[in-house]
Amino acid sequence: MTDRTLPTGKTAAAAMRGGARPGGPGFLARYGLWIFAIVVMVAAPQFMTSGFSRSMLSQIGIAIIFALSYNMLLGQGGMLSFGHAVFYGLGGFAAIHLLNEISPDGLPLPLELLPLAGGIGAMVFGVIFGWISTARAGTTFAMISLGIGELVYAGTSMFPDQFGGESGISGNRVTDTSLFFGYGPQVEVYYLIAFWCLISTIVMYLLTRTPLGRMANAVRDNEERVRFVGYDPRIVRFVQYVLASFFAGIAGGLTAINYEIVTAENVSAVTSGSVLLMTFIGGVGNFAGPILGAILVTILQLSLSSVTETWQLYFGLLFVVMVMFAPMGLAGVIMAHQPIWQAGRMGRLVVPYAIGLVTFLIMGTGLVALIEMNYYMSTTYDASIPMVLFGQDVSVHEALPWALAVAATVVGGYLFRLAIRRIVRAWDAVVAEIKQGGA
Amino acid sequence: MLEILVFSLLNGVLFGMLLFMLSSGLTLIFSMMGVLNFAHASFFMLGAYFAYQISTVTGFWIALILAPLLVGGIGMLIERYGLRRVHKYGHVAELLFTFGLAFLIEEIVVMIWGRIPVDYGVPADLNFTFFTLLGTNFPAYRAFILLIAVMMFAALFLTITRTRIGLIIQAALTHPDMVAALGHNVPRVFMMVFGGGTALAALAGVIGGPILVTEPGMAFLLGPIIFVVVVFGGMGSLGGAFVASLLIGVIQTLAVALDWSLGGTLAAIGINLPVDGFIGTFSRITVSQTAPILPYLMLVLMLIFRPKGLMGTRES
Repeated sequence: MTDRTLPTGKTAAAAMRGGARPGGPGFLARYGLWIFAIVVMVAAPQFMTSGFSRSMLSQIGIAIIFALSYNMLLGQGGMLSFGHAVFYGLGGFAAIHLLNEISPDGLPLPLELLPLAGGIGAMVFGVIFGWISTARAGTTFAMISLGIGELVYAGTSMFPDQFGGESGISGNRVTDTSLFFGYGPQVEVYYLIAFWCLISTIVMYLLTRTPLGRMANAVRDNEERVRFVGYDPRIVRFVQYVLASFFAGIAGGLTAINYEIVTAENVSAVTSGSVLLMTFIGGVGNFAGPILGAILVTILQLSLSSVTETWQLYFGLLFVVMVMFAPMGLAGVIMAHQPIWQAGRMGRLVVPYAIGLVTFLIMGTGLVALIEMNYYMSTTYDASIPMVLFGQDVSVHEALPWALAVAATVVGGYLFRLAIRRIVRAWDAVVAEIKQGGA
Repeated sequence: MLEILVFSLLNGVLFGMLLFMLSSGLTLIFSMMGVLNFAHASFFMLGAYFAYQISTVTGFWIALILAPLLVGGIGMLIERYGLRRVHKYGHVAELLFTFGLAFLIEEIVVMIWGRIPVDYGVPADLNFTFFTLLGTNFPAYRAFILLIAVMMFAALFLTITRTRIGLIIQAALTHPDMVAALGHNVPRVFMMVFGGGTALAALAGVIGGPILVTEPGMAFLLGPIIFVVVVFGGMGSLGGAFVASLLIGVIQTLAVALDWSLGGTLAAIGINLPVDGFIGTFSRITVSQTAPILPYLMLVLMLIFRPKGLMGTRES
């Protein structure tokens, strides 16, 4: 069986070249996006002042580091891991133990450096597990990562002193040793997270442009040829793996500070699965993809879970649909529009897209209603009590709501199919025009 | 002690047989299509739920036949309209597709049957004691499971090695182009194999549901272990899967019955380890506590030292 990976190489290389074209774009074109990102990061908590949104921003920052570190494996190195949370969680445990050494009056270590401790802690395990698992790529690698993930998760319950058993290990982030803030209020923690997020993102971005990053791409795309050129694919994978575990550990360390508790949940398969979803939904072929994914998925997770109990179903649907129709993720979808945008022909797609959106919303509303009514019927104690759906009281024992929902789903679905055909036609026409114009 | 040993062995073999029923379908799908189907245990769960639903209307025996057929049909549809689409993006995308599918199936099961376990019990016809040994009863239903599993293994083995269908399946595995040139519809063979594999998983669910608990988390609980079986036994080897299932079933069941620990054993021969710290904790861990990790330890060790697995002929 040959190991085919997702066709990620070309777009990734193109994205990187865009920034480094000699004598190409000026300062603003080259660093504009970075500056914009920094401004947004600094300004965001000043506008979003509620406790919920500030803690969401903090979670997004952590998720970005975690997803980017995961993409070092999947997107850049072609290693599909089902156990990346091992490093996130173990980094968190390393950090929280050190925090308990510092606080209240112990080691004179600044709190700001704690994430680094998490990173180093995770890296130690990265060396051990990496050496075991990077000998092979493809499915074997995925299986080993699954096994290691389960081993570590089960292991946490065997060492209650080190991992705190069911209740986890808690700490207190307010120490005398911090350099800048007291880290009592959430916004101060946010700025610490933002700082580490920025540093990690820059370092991980620069890493993609080192010989190591390029060799990781090469090992992903054609391992045999890499061996031919004189590199050992295993060593390349190993180094990439260890570095990825380091950054996952930084994210874990920040989690320890943010929540002041680390539990076995942090190393579990659920956490591993969720970082995989984030990275993939964002897009593995582009450096910015996982960032998009981390932002979107964290917001979805937090907001959907407060609206509906069955949010994971929508989430699974989104994921499966992405795998089937947009395996390059959100970033891939955006990148596909770039040439059309540059040719100034986006206007041609606006109307088909709008029709697509409207029909999708009709279908989606029906589908959501069906799912929610079904869920309500099977999980509530007394289904005769009306449920609240889209702000309306709906009685699931009457036929009307069901008929409406089915009608909306079927009619909307049919119209959406037609709309999709129209989008495809418009798209093909625009692409043909651009090609003719260029020739 | 003898009684514990005998019944642990019996239950180990039973658990191993259930594991084999589950993993035989996975092995079949994997060796044919190269797809490690992450949703395989979800089809097992669907089998149990469908059987529960059908048996409330028609009784157990019709459910035993109908539920696997239904799940097999669903499996075929998923292959035709999902997996085949994703195939062109490569194995990672296929793996991710089945991974997402597992999520989705679990949530759909919650949506229809709720989060609490359903009342799917041993059928009344089989609810008696088969034999009594050393004062402990062995239920007839467990003997029934053993019987079905052995029959399934025999049927599967004969189909693959002795029939024309098996010939085509084996040929499509190694020489798909040649088989297509001879006039066989290879994609349809794949679809049938995927459907057959999921039907086998569902059959395991129908008979396994009553002795395990039929609840939405059951797929997540069993999912990783069947990968251990398939990888440990050797990817694509039915015999390997059989041996690995029994091995894992027996080892895990026996381990649960043992409360030996390293510290206790050493203390018995006069060596006392420190009580505190990491070593202290380590020395107090009993064999029964390590039971959950043993399969994964076996998996990781096997992949390090012999990636082909016990009886496999090729690496992934």
